[in-house]
Order: sequence, then structure tokens, then C-alpha cells
Amino acid sequence: MPWVDACGTDDIDAEDLIRFDHGGRTYAIYRSSDDDYFCTDGKCTHEDVHLEDGLVMAYEIECPKHNATFDYRTGEALRAPACVNLNTYKVKVEAGRVLIEI
Amino acid sequence: MGKRDYSMLGADAKRAVETGLAAAEWYHTDIPRKEMKELMQRADGPAIRDTVILFGAMAVFAGLGIALWPTVWSVPFWLAYGVLYGSAMDSRWHECSHGTAFKTRWMNDVIYQIASFCMIRNPHTWRWSHARHHTDTVIVGRDPEIAVMRPVVFAKVVLNLFGVLDTIDGVTRMVKNALGQVGAEEATWIPVSEQPKVIRVARIWVLIYAATAAVAVYTQSILPFMVIGLPRLYGAWHMVMCGLLQHCGLADNVTDHRLNSRTVYMNPISRFIYWNMNYHVEHHMFPMIPYHQLPKAHERFKHDLPAPSLSIAAGYAEILPAMWRQMKNEDYFLRRDLPATAKPYREEFHTAAMPAAE
Repeated sequence: MPWVDACGTDDIDAEDLIRFDHGGRTYAIYRSSDDDYFCTDGKCTHEDVHLEDGLVMAYEIECPKHNATFDYRTGEALRAPACVNLNTYKVKVEAGRVLIEI
Repeated sequence: MGKRDYSMLGADAKRAVETGLAAAEWYHTDIPRKEMKELMQRADGPAIRDTVILFGAMAVFAGLGIALWPTVWSVPFWLAYGVLYGSAMDSRWHECSHGTAFKTRWMNDVIYQIASFCMIRNPHTWRWSHARHHTDTVIVGRDPEIAVMRPVVFAKVVLNLFGVLDTIDGVTRMVKNALGQVGAEEATWIPVSEQPKVIRVARIWVLIYAATAAVAVYTQSILPFMVIGLPRLYGAWHMVMCGLLQHCGLADNVTDHRLNSRTVYMNPISRFIYWNMNYHVEHHMFPMIPYHQLPKAHERFKHDLPAPSLSIAAGYAEILPAMWRQMKNEDYFLRRDLPATAKPYREEFHTAAMPAAE
């Protein structure tokens, strides 16, 4: 799988996320309060709602529509109405850029 | 549009999917991400404070009701206890189903379970039902939580002031679920993997009610049911009074919460019981905002929303004539004007609904 340059490290606030679209798919890229970076699919597994407007708290992302919650490090669905985990993708940081393996 | 089919399995449900009304993209007021994050921030403090007050008051009122039972002097205390059980628990159920009341998840979950029991709403069934209500707010055939269907039948509204129809529905579902059955309509919004949880909770509840009944029989008194169960009836009026204000008389089958939801200014006691859900347009537009932040959200968004009703009475002055007209004309609804500072309604998305508006 190729590494794709997604954004700069400073494009994401600490404890927040941004949307990244690539190759006809959409992703969510997270920056934790410890400045670690993570990547998951962009849309909630419950319904077709993008997570970009959701709330990041510690290592969790909460969907803006129905408050489903996921651990964005593992993709695990933590709270209904989501029952299916998010896909996650490897992330690395090089020279101030966030790269994701997709 | 004419006659509406509110069944989740009916013609309007199918039509909503075919026309794109189901799971549509809804209008949202533009707000910078930084401000939105501030509004969404969670806290435990406000909900812990309110929960201590709520359960403390319930214990005091129920204690005085029991102490003065069966004299007439117990009545005021039962009325107060009933509103907290049969109405305040509705708003606790609601906020905790969103998971926004407390920052700490287990606190949301505990209060959600207690409130669900008081309201006789299976916590699993209704979590999914309410998610659908937010996806497809007042979309006929898709939203399972439309309080007043058209044509309006006032007798149903009056019966529900005392929780009659809701309680019959809740008890019927509880018994069916306890027998291992999940209804066909419920099955449209509850994932198969979650259905065993529905059944397990229903069986626990049946045991609690059976224990209450056993105590009532043993003591030859309805007093146990005055504490558990009956307040769902005699205390429901405040929930219904506030709940009808949410969407009644406004548009259905639109994708803009400014057209189908209503914000109403209320007195502090009603806002405590209702946990600020009087800011209902704001809540539907941004369900991530916790109840204690909604007054602030209202101030931030009001430039883009219809003017709120200035009181509960003002809300009903608007609703009751509209409901009266909807008895004869199912297509009639109130269209609320937007302030000059607001983004206009996207008329192209609401062409089916608009001709009947006033």
C-alpha cells in the first residue's frame, strides 16, 4: 500500500481531526493531545455521516449526528448506535507532513 | 400530499427513501469549528448537580407522600413526585441517550437506564428510535417519534397528557419483548445484534413490576405503585406540555430544522424539568451540544433561526389553532419567518410542503 501525503502536522489542532479525501474515498485524520497522529475511515459506520464535525475527546471521536463513539486509535465502536468498528490506517510523520498508508 | 401513512413499513416510508428525504443532508447554521468545539465541550458538574437535586427532591416528595398516605395532604407531594418521575425522567432519558449530559460515560449510562425504566421505554429500542428521529426528523414513515400525527386527533393528545397511550404502548412492548418478541416496526431500526439486549432488559423490568405488585398485594395497598409505575401516568403532563412544543403545527417532510422544530423560552423550573430542550431547533441542528450549553448556543445561532416563542403560553397560542386546522387539512402547517440576518430556506428542497404553509 502506498504512503500518501495527507496534510501538514500543523493543519490539525491538538485533540481534533480533519477530513482528507483521496482516490474517491474519504478519511479522518486525528491529532491527539500528545501530538500523535491517527487515521480512520471518514464516515461513521452507523449512517452515512462524516466524522469531520465530530468531537474529539482524549482518544475518542464522537459522531456529530447520533453521538456514536469510536476509539480512533483502534477504530473500535465504543457506543451505540455504532456497532461496527471503523477501519484504521497506518500513519507516519516526516518533515512536518502527515502520511497515511492507504 | 394529503393522507399520510405513518407506518415505518408503509407507502410514505418507501416514498421517503425513493425521493431522497430519508437520511438526507440537513441545513446547518455556519459556525467556525473553534466555536463549535467550545459549545460541544462536555462536563460532569452541571448534570451531577441537577441529578442530586432531582433524586433528592424525588426522595423528599415520595417520603412525604408515603408518610401522609392515604390522606388528602399527600396529594401535593405525589403531584410533585409524579412530575419528576413522569416528566423530568423523560428529559434525562433523552439527554443521556445522546450521551451528552455527563462527560463520564458510565454516569450517562446509569441515568439512562433509570430514566428508561421510569418512562417504560426500552433503553435499547429507544436509543435506535431516537437516532432515527434525528436522522429523519418529522419525515412521515421514517420518524418513529412523531408526537401528533395528521389529521390531529385531540382525544389522543388529551389521553397522553396522562400518559395513557404511551404507557399502554410501553407496557405492551415490554411484555412482548419479555416473551422474546421484537415487533416488525422496531426491527426496522434495531440491529439484529442488539435485539437480545432489548429482550433482557424487558425481562428485568417485568420482574421489578412483579415485585412491586407482590408488595402491593401483601400490603393490600396501591402505595407501592404510587412510587413505581403510576407516576408515569399522573406525572406525564409536563413532558407532554413541553414535548408538543417541539414540532407540532410545523412542517413535515422538510430537511431544515428551522421549518419543523420550535425554540420556546421557558421559566427556570420547566427548564430544569425539561433540561433545556426548549432550545429545540438548536438541539436538532447540533445534537452534540450538551443541554447546559444550549442557552449559549441559542445566543450564538439565533441570528439564523426563526424568532423563538416567548413563553409556553405563546407557543400554544400558535400551536392549538394550527392543530385545529390540521384536523381538517392534513397539509396545513405554520411557516415561521426568518430574520433578515438568516440564510433563507432552500425552497427547492421543500417544494412538496410549501404550498400549504401560512
